[in-house]
Amino acid sequence: MNTMAETKPVPSAANPQAAAPPLLARAEFQRIFYPLLVAVLLIGLWQWWVTAFDIPRFLVPSPLLVAQTLVKDAALLFGALYTTLKITVFAFVCATVLGVLIAFAFVQSRVVETALFPYAVLLQVTPIVAIAPLIIIWVKNPTASLVICATLVALFPIIANTTLGLRSVNPGLMSYFKLNRASRLQVLWRLRIPSALPYFFGGLRISSGLALIGAVVAEFVAGTGGTGTGLAYQILQSGYQLNIPRMFAALLLITVTGVLLFAAMAWLSKWALGSWHESEARHE
Amino acid sequence: MSGAEGAPAVEVLSVEKTYPNGTHALQPVNLTVQEGEFVTLLGPSGCGKSTLLKMVAGLLEPSNGRLLLWRKPVEEIESTGHRLSFVFQEPTLMPWARVQANVRLPLDLAGVPSAEAALRVNDALAMVGLDKFAGHLPRELSGGMQMRVSIARGLVTQPTLLLMDEPFGALDEITRNKLDSDLLDLWRAKKLTVVFVTHSIYEAVYLSTRVVVMAARPGRLIEEVRIDEPYPRGPDFRVSTAFSHYAKQLQDSLLRASGGVEGALA
Repeated sequence: MNTMAETKPVPSAANPQAAAPPLLARAEFQRIFYPLLVAVLLIGLWQWWVTAFDIPRFLVPSPLLVAQTLVKDAALLFGALYTTLKITVFAFVCATVLGVLIAFAFVQSRVVETALFPYAVLLQVTPIVAIAPLIIIWVKNPTASLVICATLVALFPIIANTTLGLRSVNPGLMSYFKLNRASRLQVLWRLRIPSALPYFFGGLRISSGLALIGAVVAEFVAGTGGTGTGLAYQILQSGYQLNIPRMFAALLLITVTGVLLFAAMAWLSKWALGSWHESEARHE
Repeated sequence: MSGAEGAPAVEVLSVEKTYPNGTHALQPVNLTVQEGEFVTLLGPSGCGKSTLLKMVAGLLEPSNGRLLLWRKPVEEIESTGHRLSFVFQEPTLMPWARVQANVRLPLDLAGVPSAEAALRVNDALAMVGLDKFAGHLPRELSGGMQMRVSIARGLVTQPTLLLMDEPFGALDEITRNKLDSDLLDLWRAKKLTVVFVTHSIYEAVYLSTRVVVMAARPGRLIEEVRIDEPYPRGPDFRVSTAFSHYAKQLQDSLLRASGGVEGALA
């Protein structure tokens, strides 16, 4: 008795294009091409400046020299990268698991949140360089102490974002669940967790970078104590030896790692939310 | 054609609502909705029509008075063999779930076996004309279609009482008229009892067997108008003399209650 709907669905994805637009007009291409163009220009300018003004290599090495050092010291540098990356990933995983658990505890009870949230903030605002020496003294295993430091740095955004997400439930949907007499567990599983996902992934993006920063900072502190062979330690050593090209090469590796981590999280977020959330949806 | 009016489905007995902040949302109200009726609560913003509907659904506690559904308190509606569904002003769909999963939600929450749930979801989607869109995400649908999904979710539990809180308020007029007429078809086919909230005089006249006019500050009932027109009501009814007559009567009633032109239709 009911005829078809009066409306047509909004096209869900870009129409299969008959004639593909020129390469330069494609958004995906532009997203890679323009930043790359900036990089090429800056590096070119840098190379020209160093050569033209004959800048000594112990002040500013040329990009070419940095690249050569990267190849020459590959074994040393990539070994160090592996160490740093290991700490970063461990810390990131710990921060994620711990942060989510704490967020769940906060959401289950206002009392718990009120009692503990100030201490989460305290953790966040205390500079890691100030507590790292203590942790390194207390924890005998050097890797474990570094992981703890980096975890402390990366933890807060996960707690804050996930808590916010678990609370950011559409009030209408909440009423609907209540009307259908949904249990606490059903509300958590079917409503709170899916609603929290976009916020959680936002937290992941921030924390991935922070875990790396935490790992590097902790290595700096530990390095002066004689432990660790991560990238930060290499930078310190190169500094003592005035091996500036190697310093730059190590720095480059840290930066690239940070960008790749961020990109991985962005991709993960897109993969998980792409189909439904506005932040990841394609806008025409 | 308003169905066999037998037992009272909804009884509102001296129900009153004062919010904790002191706002007197609703003065004591008495209202009976017979089984099979289509009753519309019509009034301006702040007249307490939504508040009243939410109290009937058990979403809000009345400050005073009693509410009965088939002579039982809301919590015991299951024992009467009846079921109620509430359709909100917004579609309130889960954006991460496909249409099918959204409609199945109340069945999942109630623990209905999945084979039976799937059948009922298909039926409900067919009723609102969306069977071809089961696999779509809400954001891929227009506002009108999202509202249809919301109605399908309301119907999938096979309710006997449908409570609707300005369900089509956010839609354009053409879509709204279409949904209104589809809703009447469903009401007649399923022998539902409907309590509908709107601030549109025309929607009230078109849909209802009876219109309850309400006024604001403080929220109260001021008049009941029976729309004695046969169903099915086609598009011609909207432009008939009788229609204008009822619309005029409701408008005058709203104007009188607000003490003048100002604010009556705000």
